[in-house]
Amino acid sequence: MKEEIGILEGRQSQVFEKKSGDEQQFDIACDKTSLSGSVSQRACVFCGSRVVLYPVADAIHIVHGPIGCAAYTWDIRGAVSSGPELHRLSFSTDLQEMDVIYGGEKKLYRSLIELIDQYQPNAAFIYSTCIIGLIGDDIEAVCRKVAQEKGIPVMPVHSEGFKGTKKDGYKAACSALMKLIGTGSTEGISQYSINILGEFNLAGEAWIIREYYEKMGIEVVATMTGDGRIDAIRRSHGASLNVVQCSGSMTSLAKDMEEKYGIPYIRVSYFGFEDMSKSLYDVAALFPDRPEIMERAREIVRDEIRKYYPEMQKFKSSLTGKKAAIYVGGAFKTFSLIKALRTIGMSVVLAGSQTGNKDDYERLREMCDEGTVIVDDSNPVELSKFVLEKEADLLIGGVKERPIAFKLGVGFCDHNHERKIPLAGFVGMYNFAKEVYESVMSPVWQFAPRKGGLA
Amino acid sequence: MLLRHTPKEVIAREGLTINPAKTCQPIGAMYAALGIHGCLPHSHGSQGCCSYHRSTLTRHYKEPVMAATSSFTEGASVFGGQANLLQSIETIFAVYEPDIIAVHSTCLSETIGDDLQQITKKAKDDGKIPEGKYVIYASTPSFVGSHVTGYANMVTGIAEQFAQSTGEKKDQINIIAGWMEPSDMREIKKISKELGVKIVLFPDTSDVLDAPQTGKHEFYPKGGTTIEELKSIGDSSSSLALGCISAEPAAIALDKKCKVPFETVDMPIGLSATDRFIMSLSKAAGVQVPDEITAERGRLVDVMTDMEQYFYGRKVALFGDPDQLIPLTEFLLDLNMKPIHIVSGTPGQRFEKRMKEILRRIPEANFRNGLNADMFLLHQWMKNEPVDLLIGNTYGKYIARDENVPFIRFGFPILDRIGHSYFPNIGYSGSLRLVEKILGALMDRQDREALEEKFELVM
Repeated sequence: MKEEIGILEGRQSQVFEKKSGDEQQFDIACDKTSLSGSVSQRACVFCGSRVVLYPVADAIHIVHGPIGCAAYTWDIRGAVSSGPELHRLSFSTDLQEMDVIYGGEKKLYRSLIELIDQYQPNAAFIYSTCIIGLIGDDIEAVCRKVAQEKGIPVMPVHSEGFKGTKKDGYKAACSALMKLIGTGSTEGISQYSINILGEFNLAGEAWIIREYYEKMGIEVVATMTGDGRIDAIRRSHGASLNVVQCSGSMTSLAKDMEEKYGIPYIRVSYFGFEDMSKSLYDVAALFPDRPEIMERAREIVRDEIRKYYPEMQKFKSSLTGKKAAIYVGGAFKTFSLIKALRTIGMSVVLAGSQTGNKDDYERLREMCDEGTVIVDDSNPVELSKFVLEKEADLLIGGVKERPIAFKLGVGFCDHNHERKIPLAGFVGMYNFAKEVYESVMSPVWQFAPRKGGLA
Repeated sequence: MLLRHTPKEVIAREGLTINPAKTCQPIGAMYAALGIHGCLPHSHGSQGCCSYHRSTLTRHYKEPVMAATSSFTEGASVFGGQANLLQSIETIFAVYEPDIIAVHSTCLSETIGDDLQQITKKAKDDGKIPEGKYVIYASTPSFVGSHVTGYANMVTGIAEQFAQSTGEKKDQINIIAGWMEPSDMREIKKISKELGVKIVLFPDTSDVLDAPQTGKHEFYPKGGTTIEELKSIGDSSSSLALGCISAEPAAIALDKKCKVPFETVDMPIGLSATDRFIMSLSKAAGVQVPDEITAERGRLVDVMTDMEQYFYGRKVALFGDPDQLIPLTEFLLDLNMKPIHIVSGTPGQRFEKRMKEILRRIPEANFRNGLNADMFLLHQWMKNEPVDLLIGNTYGKYIARDENVPFIRFGFPILDRIGHSYFPNIGYSGSLRLVEKILGALMDRQDREALEEKFELVM
């Protein structure tokens, strides 16, 4: 391995280091497909659709294709449900060679009938995988037929892996949801109501957020898709506002709902005191005729921060001056993380995402300190290089980044599907600070060669 | 709710797989390729495949797993993936500098008709493969076989594409590892050393997926079978294939290409299978079994006899991969336990044939492999005929919780415990570990659930 290269040729345009002076040209290339032959950390269209729809707990999710796509996505996301847990089972048409030759429509039809008879779900999502796009199964037709026979919505999700990036998968998922929205009755929905979009209830986070809004006197019609229910989604067009987190995955749905149903939307983040408070205030501000909503929002913020802020100071005093590297799926998450890390005294030396767009990166550049490296669609070589060069004490990422951090001998925080504790909300910020503190300050690093342990 | 989704009544299913006891071929090819030193596995397909395989292997081993992808786009799937693969080969050698690229196909590249042999030949002809570097390949469409056959295909590819015969035989024996853990491979090397047999073990993921903390991210960890070793396997005196499904195809290919005679034995899990392995290896090498190994065997037998009253009649359900299940079932029978429900998602008649022989003594035992042989079916069988112990990969934990059955994690993937990378399940000492685990699981339950008056100190 050429130590001095580190950055793949053809990738220079996707890596940027902020230097002094504002005149520096900033033209990070993103929205690009990955270079063939790179060890990319990215996934595919199917992955995007699957993670977005997965938390809908009273629907069956059937993966139409060979077994792998179903096997690898079987209950890997800790999106918790307060009731049914159909989403945690793995259903596949397990296509074989003969199906590839003669088509898989019949098998899909039979599978759907068998499943619906057995589980009586409220809807079904059918994910098409790579080869479905090639063998030309008409899954729309199968879905229509089954929907008619069984009387439940059966939604095709066009998520052939190669037809774009993970973002296109988000869009495919949103169009499937769009087909459900508007099919339920909106009777009895308050005008002080919202939908929570882009919150997946990992470790129960949606419950925390929902509770804040409900305390403010706002009705939450549907959370999409955390702890999701088909009936709630069907009537979600009755809400007055869409509150969108994780902008990458759900903004397209919010836009579609705005166009079709005239529901405005705002973008929020529930991560960190600053952004969490803002997401309550921003919602309250849109219901000015009921000032008590804003009052309650202020109360919540005051009480919660009073509860957690003092506790966090002990973490802050130890963490001040420590450096973090961030590499996560969506860029929006990166903004919140930078702010949250500053709250606990840490600076950010690397910030990157798998799927950010130009605006995201521009904003990232504005937020970052000098010397911070900004990357799009990075790979392990680059990540290792920058973590070492910039002497990071912490890496924030997902499953594939975790062991890299540990091999390098730096702390880690999973800000992806494998988070075990809620990181959203005020309590989530406390949890985050605690987790970062415990990891960065752990005595185990003293045994790592980089920190003076035996080589 | 999660646990209440499996009904007791077994209804024939035509289309559907629920809770699979297998995954797809490419991940097996990736795992096998990681057992070659300086090799970068390459997934010729969509980006997601590579990402999923790396994530799953990372969750199982808690190690970084490096692999590249052709990153198929819509264009590639219309015009063929040749350009993507050629570009990949160039990029990989220029930037990641492996000695070997091991390409495997996916459902996508197979369906559009990419021919890996032809494309890699073109890469060579076009001068895209630097001197002294290699590109090997295996065809692993996801709609055929399972992760186990994908592993077998890549191991076969390794054997076929590296082996040379110089005409001069070497005093060494090839051991072709079936899909086993790095700890198991380490144990094979240890046993061979004790026997005084010179072996070439391939693939070999020890020191790759159980690498120590060095403060560096080693893109190519120190382990793995080397190119020199792989070139020499055509000159070895014989091959011993560990597992009729995951290892034998490579032995056959090697015999065909370089006339290296082979014997297939079961993976050495349990007493009888380890006996056969030791016997075959010592016979092939013409060596005596040293006292050390005999004593190790004696300790295993000693524990089996000491504790025999705790095994008697205990019913077991197990699921996983055929090459493990065959000797494991035999071992459970040797312990006087009753394996009564056995499921493997991997298709193939060898499994059925061997299981029939092994389970002669238990005519009521259920076993099934291939299509629809999934964990849903296993769970249904368990509801109809309850067991005392469940053995299988992490996904068994749902069933274990639902049925309140002691559960031992064994197989792939294990996503929620460590140990499998470090402590072998094969050989006499690995089998002793299995016995310890079985007893521990049974006795922990007994201790937890015994009535106070029956709560025992001495067991």
